[in-house]
Amino acid sequence: MSIFVDRETKLVVQGITGRDGSFHTRQMMEYGTQVVAGVTPGKGGRRFEDAVPIFDTVADAVAETGADTSVIYVPPAFAIGAMFEAADAGVKLIVCITEGLAVIDMTKVLPFLQERGVRLIGPNCPGIISPGQSKVGIIPGNICAPGNIGLVSRSGTLTYEVVDQLTRHGLGQSTCVGIGGDPLIGTNFIDCLEAFENDPDTTGIVMLGEIGGTDEQQAAEYVRNHLTKPVVGFIAGQTAPPGRRMGHAGAIISGSSGTAAEKMAAFEDAGIGVMKRPVEVVDLLKARM
Amino acid sequence: MNIHEYQARELFRQAGIPVPDGEVATTPAEVEEIARRLGGGVVVKAQVHAGGRGKAGGVKLAQSPEEARAAAEQILQLTIKDLPVQKVLVAPIVDIASESYLGMIMDRESQRPVIMVSPAGGIDIEEVAATTPEKIFKLAIDPRYGLLSHQAMGLAFALYHDVKQVRAAARIMEQLYQAFVTNGASLAEINPLITTSAGEVLAIDAKMSLDDNVVDRRPDLEALRDESAEAPSEVLAREAGLTFIKLDGNVGCVVNGAGLAMATMDLVKYYGGEPANFLDIGGSSNPEKVVSALRIITMDPNIKAILFNIFGGITRTDDVANGIVAALDQFSVDVPIVIRLTGTNEDEALAILEGVGKTALKDMDEAVQQVVRVAQEAA
Repeated sequence: MSIFVDRETKLVVQGITGRDGSFHTRQMMEYGTQVVAGVTPGKGGRRFEDAVPIFDTVADAVAETGADTSVIYVPPAFAIGAMFEAADAGVKLIVCITEGLAVIDMTKVLPFLQERGVRLIGPNCPGIISPGQSKVGIIPGNICAPGNIGLVSRSGTLTYEVVDQLTRHGLGQSTCVGIGGDPLIGTNFIDCLEAFENDPDTTGIVMLGEIGGTDEQQAAEYVRNHLTKPVVGFIAGQTAPPGRRMGHAGAIISGSSGTAAEKMAAFEDAGIGVMKRPVEVVDLLKARM
Repeated sequence: MNIHEYQARELFRQAGIPVPDGEVATTPAEVEEIARRLGGGVVVKAQVHAGGRGKAGGVKLAQSPEEARAAAEQILQLTIKDLPVQKVLVAPIVDIASESYLGMIMDRESQRPVIMVSPAGGIDIEEVAATTPEKIFKLAIDPRYGLLSHQAMGLAFALYHDVKQVRAAARIMEQLYQAFVTNGASLAEINPLITTSAGEVLAIDAKMSLDDNVVDRRPDLEALRDESAEAPSEVLAREAGLTFIKLDGNVGCVVNGAGLAMATMDLVKYYGGEPANFLDIGGSSNPEKVVSALRIITMDPNIKAILFNIFGGITRTDDVANGIVAALDQFSVDVPIVIRLTGTNEDEALAILEGVGKTALKDMDEAVQQVVRVAQEAA
């Protein structure tokens, strides 16, 4: 098992003919992901790599191929529209790789998706992989291995670093999710923790957080109250200099400064094993499982 | 991107918010002239991208043009939170009957802009929020409808009793929301929002932070960037498409990805070293970015060693290797370079480095230990 994507996932790629979209579509196909359709307006009727049918709209792609998941590689100016379109076409999961989106635009996309029961991963994220089954996004498949560790992360390459450690030490993964580093994202730590808790094949969980915001503190509270599986975590940015804060609104709304020390303390309090270095993930997990 | 008070005042004014006159100046002589033109008493306020200006002595009242000049002389010599004061705002003194707080922020939790008001405005507002949270009134705004009139009125009644003032404040809240949305703000704040003894409601302070992703596509907002408030190396880095923050240590770091870059700095510190910078070369494969990165890092005279930590995903490690070779070809790097790279095309990368007599490590922990050691030996 796994969470959110598996070998049944039928993927439509928005921006399949673009530079990034075509490169990563080939990688996903090589990995074994069921790429059933691509979308590039004006290129409908052609085929990608002589195999994947291209459509003008996501609605056509869904109607013709039964695609249930979309991945977005289009440039930032088009990515907001691409999310609205995918949700309207009836996919159940959207993975938005594109970075550089305005937060104010995301405030409109998110309720639109919620009303339609559509899950979004991202934006500005590396995507999701259930090793041995399906990869949606850009996480390198060769560093992952099938197994029982669930991983959720706000970052990209730091995810690769930790997954690589896990794989090299015989700890395969059920699913790795990169939720993205933007202030407003579709799927957060808690959504992934809940799914991993309910996934019978996940036996241990890794959380990779960063400075800023209070998502990690809320996730720690959730772990304390709802999780039975062992969790270990890391916070990047322990040595980051404190920002020169403007205004008071941030402190008034959260009562927190979002520092690494604050987040690591929240992890400790919730019984989460705190990694001081990425390399510690293996020993910490093994000690708890 | 943070903008200065005088710039935020202008954006507020464009949205219709009543803001007293005021002008920005860079010399005491200009300040004196502005004060003379405005007539009467003025307030001289340091323009820096930091809070706590008042407490740092960066805000002074002056009753005459000569006093204003003297105040400016002092303020323009200040450094507030490491930022030298280069500009001041000169504005007329307004008689204040009451001070309230009005703020707006993009809230991660509700995933909406949240408006916050309090009748207890002023510099101690965070203390008010912590000790008497019942004096803070908040509302998450549904972006599909904006701030509705009755919502604004409801909040304004928490500030004032006089219905004229309530209406004026509600209008300011709706205008602030417009300024927030049209300029892609992550924060907009008026502290204090005041009433005068004549009963007017005015914004006598203005703070705004803008979403970098909006600034990128809006030349009018990009024009508000104050490069003099940034380190020259940070300006160069931005022009080269790199994210760079200068720090005080001596171990230069070149990393792909922000999370891994922070984790690398943390590890340098863990092994007893001090990172000289945060530098994210981003995800794309571009040897030119690596050349720029090395050029910027070696501008820092404190550097004793440089670490490359590259985990190739989209980033092709052979592109990074080519960048290192190209950089060494273009200028000399006098400090040792420790290279860690693994992932996409690492065999090609190793061959390229070997061609110029360089080796690379595969393990991050090992590479960081090594760079800290060579930096300490050189120090």
